[in-house]
Amino acid sequence: MSAHIEADTIRPARSWKISENTRDRLISIASPILLLLVWEIAARTGLIDTRFFPAPSSIFETLVTLSSTGELWQHTAASLQRLFIGFLVGGIPALILGIIMGLSRPVRAVFDPLISATYPIPKSSILPLALLIFGLGEGSKIFMVAIGVFFPVAINATAGVREINKIYLDVGRNFKASRWDTFRTIALPGALPVIMTGIKLGVGMGLVLIAIAEMMGAKSGLGYMIWAAWETFSVEQMYVGLFVIAIIGFVLTLVLNEIEKRLVPWKR
Amino acid sequence: MIQALAKKATVRDDAATESRERPAIRIKGLSKRFGSFTAVDNVTIDIARGEFFMIVGPSGCGKTTLLRILAGLEGPSDGSIDVSVEAGSQRPVNSMVFQGDSIFPWMTVWDNAAYGLKMRRAPQAQIKEVVGHYLDRTGLLKFADAYPHQLSGGMKQRVSIARAFANDPEILLMDEPFSALDAQNKLLLQEELLRIWEENKKTVLFITHDVDEAVKLGDRIMVMTAQPGRVKTVVPVSLARPRDVLELQQNPEFGKLVHQIWSSLREEVQRARELDEAKGVRK
Repeated sequence: MSAHIEADTIRPARSWKISENTRDRLISIASPILLLLVWEIAARTGLIDTRFFPAPSSIFETLVTLSSTGELWQHTAASLQRLFIGFLVGGIPALILGIIMGLSRPVRAVFDPLISATYPIPKSSILPLALLIFGLGEGSKIFMVAIGVFFPVAINATAGVREINKIYLDVGRNFKASRWDTFRTIALPGALPVIMTGIKLGVGMGLVLIAIAEMMGAKSGLGYMIWAAWETFSVEQMYVGLFVIAIIGFVLTLVLNEIEKRLVPWKR
Repeated sequence: MIQALAKKATVRDDAATESRERPAIRIKGLSKRFGSFTAVDNVTIDIARGEFFMIVGPSGCGKTTLLRILAGLEGPSDGSIDVSVEAGSQRPVNSMVFQGDSIFPWMTVWDNAAYGLKMRRAPQAQIKEVVGHYLDRTGLLKFADAYPHQLSGGMKQRVSIARAFANDPEILLMDEPFSALDAQNKLLLQEELLRIWEENKKTVLFITHDVDEAVKLGDRIMVMTAQPGRVKTVVPVSLARPRDVLELQQNPEFGKLVHQIWSSLREEVQRARELDEAKGVRK
């Protein structure tokens, strides 16, 4: 009984105190707003050079103009489409190869040295070669995204399968699972959490590479938009391009996290 | 061994009439060596149809290796295993209840229990009926849609047992299935296992290091020697069935058997320890 009374007397004192989670969330919303505010003031008072760091308000104005003419959407759509196709072209073979490498030692022996040798090459340095092979059109852009997605997905799929507890493979054998069943019911779902990490890394890499690829010989896309802004010295437009790329990265992370939650409902 | 089993299945017709007196499992001169290390040495034993057969031995005596050979997960170095299959039987030869967590974390309780039947491409109606039955018998029906991480250790092991029984094999192999459970849960699961087993009296090979458990569950208990694993002695358990796991502990016959097995086992545990100490701590 006395415990009840005590609890009640404490409650009012607690009510004005926000939880640590709420506090952290408020801080993380406030900090970028504060930064923009400081930036804006600094730009208006001439504390920073607006030729390089235009005021956020003027960047926003440019964003409104670019989106009202439809120019911004056209570039964004072009980049997203390349990103998506490149993701499939690079991701699907990587997933299949990675899982098979995880399951089969001979296959791993064949491909492991190839992947280890080519993985450290900076992907951006392949762009001239990609332009040579695939030309200035869509092919070279899609190829660049694909190659960026391929490595992290393949490497993580292999690691994911190899990390699966051996006992599950024994269960599969004891219950007479065929090769295909082992792939479908044990290797793929068992490796999925690690594969999802690879996919997230791959999409990030794809985003980097699409921006670079579009700066060379492209006529559309956010990378092209940024490059064109440099040529015309439209710094605001450059910032709009960077801002939209950042938003795409952020939204893709949210989407992938949501997909992960649906695909891997069994992970705590 | 797989070939041996397949051959057995084809020569079944002549065996159909004598299937009753034929042993369910005939292990002859079975040995398993890993390099210079002999894990199992010349094990010969017949196990009758419907027998609940227990294997006890000190850790590292090769009892798990023996079971893995029976499960087809390892090949023997020498000797043979014959599993007699009823004429025209479509049932799988064996299903194993593994030691520790072996149910798939990415499948629901239902899908885990249905795994064997699904791999055999059993008809949907049969899967529904059989899996439903065993989940009901193990008290898991209301957790059918749950994932393993939502279950306690005891419940996970129930799923593993349901999965093996639902597969309806000729023989059930159990590798210390209750060793990771606390005493209360162990008792409950032993009771449940006996109840389910009484329904259809499948041939069971059950490994344990728990002597009480061996006497409670088994029809016969095989004691194995320490490194290499040989048959030391086989002790029949004449306790009446169906058994009440709790009542048994007051039965003087139970106490006598536990004592007998323990004294036989103690020498081996001692010897295993000396062998380990002689080798240093390397394993």
